[in-house]
Amino acid sequence: MKPQEFTHSKYNFEECMKCTVCTAYCPVLQVNPLFPGPKQCGPDEERLRLKDPYFFNAALKYCMNCKRCEVACPSEVNVADLIQAARIRYDHSAPKLRDQILASTDFMGSLARPFAPIVNSVTALPITAKVLDATLGVDKHRKFPKYSAFSFERWLSRHEKQQASFPAQIAYYHGCYVNYNEPQLGKDFVKVMNALGTGVQLLDKEKCCGIAMITNGMSAKAGRNARHNTAIIRKAVEKGLQVVGTSSTCILTLRNEYPELLGVDNSDVREDILLASRYIYEKLENGAKLRFKPDFKLKVAYHVPCHMEKLGWGIFTEQLLRSIPGVELTVLDSACCGIAGTYGFKKENYESSQAIGQRLFDMIAEADPEVVACDCETCKWQIEMSTPYKVMNPISILAQALED
Amino acid sequence: MKFDTVIIGGGLAGLVAGISLQKEGRNTAIISTGQNALHFFSGSFESIGKPSDRLVTLFAEAGIPLHYKEGVRLMPLGTFRPSALALEDIDIFPEPRFAGKVLVVNFMGYHDFFAPFLAEGLEKQGIECRVRLLNLPELEALQLSQSGMRSSQMARILDPIWEKVVQEVRLILRDEDCVVLPQVFGMYDPSVPGLIREELPVRVAFAGTLPPSVPGMRTQQLLGRRFEKLGGRLLKGDNVLNARIDGNRVLSVGTKNLDRHQIQARNFILASGGYFSKGLKSNPFGIYEPVLGLDVEFDSDRNAWYDASFAADQPYMSYGVRTDAQLHAIRQGVTLENFYAIGSVLGATHPELGFGGGLAIRSAFTAVDSILQSASEL
Ligand SMILES: Cc1cc2nc3c(=O)[nH]c(=O)nc-3n(C[C@H](O)[C@H](O)[C@H](O)COP(=O)(O)OP(=O)(O)OC[C@H]3O[C@@H](n4cnc5c(N)ncnc54)[C@H](O)[C@@H]3O)c2cc1C
Ligand code: SF4
Ligand code: SF4
Repeated sequence: MKPQEFTHSKYNFEECMKCTVCTAYCPVLQVNPLFPGPKQCGPDEERLRLKDPYFFNAALKYCMNCKRCEVACPSEVNVADLIQAARIRYDHSAPKLRDQILASTDFMGSLARPFAPIVNSVTALPITAKVLDATLGVDKHRKFPKYSAFSFERWLSRHEKQQASFPAQIAYYHGCYVNYNEPQLGKDFVKVMNALGTGVQLLDKEKCCGIAMITNGMSAKAGRNARHNTAIIRKAVEKGLQVVGTSSTCILTLRNEYPELLGVDNSDVREDILLASRYIYEKLENGAKLRFKPDFKLKVAYHVPCHMEKLGWGIFTEQLLRSIPGVELTVLDSACCGIAGTYGFKKENYESSQAIGQRLFDMIAEADPEVVACDCETCKWQIEMSTPYKVMNPISILAQALED
Repeated sequence: MKFDTVIIGGGLAGLVAGISLQKEGRNTAIISTGQNALHFFSGSFESIGKPSDRLVTLFAEAGIPLHYKEGVRLMPLGTFRPSALALEDIDIFPEPRFAGKVLVVNFMGYHDFFAPFLAEGLEKQGIECRVRLLNLPELEALQLSQSGMRSSQMARILDPIWEKVVQEVRLILRDEDCVVLPQVFGMYDPSVPGLIREELPVRVAFAGTLPPSVPGMRTQQLLGRRFEKLGGRLLKGDNVLNARIDGNRVLSVGTKNLDRHQIQARNFILASGGYFSKGLKSNPFGIYEPVLGLDVEFDSDRNAWYDASFAADQPYMSYGVRTDAQLHAIRQGVTLENFYAIGSVLGATHPELGFGGGLAIRSAFTAVDSILQSASEL
């Protein structure tokens, strides 16, 4: 028996040596004086909260769960987890209607999709923006992502037989965004997988990963989704399938947030949950071949999303993009785009959100690429709203470069 | 994934080794758990006298000009320490009495710089001091901050408005022949400290603040960027957990984030730092190296680890990983032929390489040379 087993603190908070390193890397602390920062909100106040929940500080809501503090901490303190866990545990205030709406990406998607053309034109109206701003506190500068009239699930189910004919199979966790907003990304993913000789299946009715519910005070609902998703992932893994996704945030949530924040044990399947770029990179490394268009040329700047930094998998996407003949790649310095999922949609965060992103926007302008590559859809909204540049998921770039 | 060399730890030692190897065309990756001791760096490199051209060039190419002069540097509380090699914005004076009359300037609400203590220290040296606070409207939002103002936040605001700081200082300057400012400049634009010096009519000295250190973070950023520009790969926030070893060779390492994906390389360098960075750990029974379980030199009598006097040199600081002269690490008595240890993880097992920054840089060069040589012998 080791004494350390008894001294290990939850989220490693007692390992904090008060070095202040995290405070230098928190994007919110740099721009928002109302936020006390990772060190104070995390390990410092945890001691007090454990003594008496009275010390729970409502300002924890300004943390956007980007995890940059964790990447920077030399002592492996899970600072962002500490903060989110404290919000789940101690913040009993009911989430605002606006937050509930923003967080319910799957519900909103299934409501909006049948009326996509109408919804898209209504959310694009300046008057809608003003109304949402005034009534709900959704910042008027925000552009809403467009909804697609046909869901990805519906498209894939029409190709079920053809997909089943491939010798190798994977299960695709497409997430709300691919299903309701950009089915094209899902189709691109299928194209790449098929080129690798692999067929794509759906999971048995996936639900939203729930990250937005966690950060918007709806952890009970997030927990239900986590249990459901982990169960269907387990079913797929038992059938010998790996589960692959195209959104870095969904994958981070399925792998890390479920056990760390929602108490859902996924240790038996965690290593089988992968992001597409890592999956494809590993396939290529093990000898799989892709055939590329001979004349493909694209100037790409790769932005590593915060959650990708936390996953530590930016290297896979980077290497994958480099392996595409004709791609001229710049990897942008690590910087947060400022949106953090639903965070930047809220009126009270709009200014911080844009101030945080400025450095990234400047770097993009300097690189002046034809497209920005990025594994996260919310970064895409933010960059496309704040700069004139087009953003593509790396998998879509790969699909474009493949011979048809 | 496969590299020529994988470096464990992205502090001063790991970055210097990475840049040197990448410059020689060696495909290198640095894996680092978190940030490192450079965040507490004073700006002055310990235990280096006259630097080699190799060292000066490496830093210059990264955009970090160094200067060398034997003398003393100003400490945050107005005391002095010997120094010889430092970042350009860190002054080295021939003697502690570096000025006749000093204006110590701080910013309203910034408590991580101890202007009154600094002044008191200087007065003990016979230097007359006046302390003044500047109140800049640009800092107002920060003054409201619940967690106080940190050097890194100050730098973010002050770098773009340094000219205004100069103007304000000019207004309060009387007959002083020197201005002392906190080290909160030049994190985003490294040229700022030099510009401030040029624009003020008297000598300007920058003095240390509580961490994080702005000159240190700048050094870290510039070295990291240089490494990446040369084509090196930085895997940040990842922790090397274990290694596959075959006889006297290390084949690959496994990390927390990459779980079953092993990273292979021909050579490995352990630059994981001292106790502070968890390159070395201790428990009641001994001091150990957590990644490979390398052999560590330490006194088996636990009472000999400490000196009861707080200010004394602490014996535990001298303990470190055992290596041969080329810095090949030793594990269970076996010298690993492709695994090196450099920087603070060595403790004081190689006194000839110095300590602190000097040890980090010299040991990095030693391991790099051995790697480059061993390849040419193949
Ligand atoms: C508070 C303080 C102030 C100092 N000030 C000075 C100064 O002013 N001048 C001077 O010359 N020296 C100073 N030093 C000495 C300093 O330690 C050295 O100068 C030098 O920076 C050490 O560099 P390093 O690369 O060996 O280790 P570190 O800078 O400690 O870096 C080690 C890195 O390895 C990472 N790491 C550890 N284990 C793993 C693992 N398993 N997997 C992946 N990564 C890992 C750590 O997270 C860390 O990032 C100071 C030291 C401290 C602690
Ligand atoms: S970086 Fe880690 S150890 Fe340092 S203050 Fe923050 S949480 Fe504590
Ligand atoms: S998760 Fe991001 S916003 Fe929250 S404390 Fe950490 S660095 Fe700051």
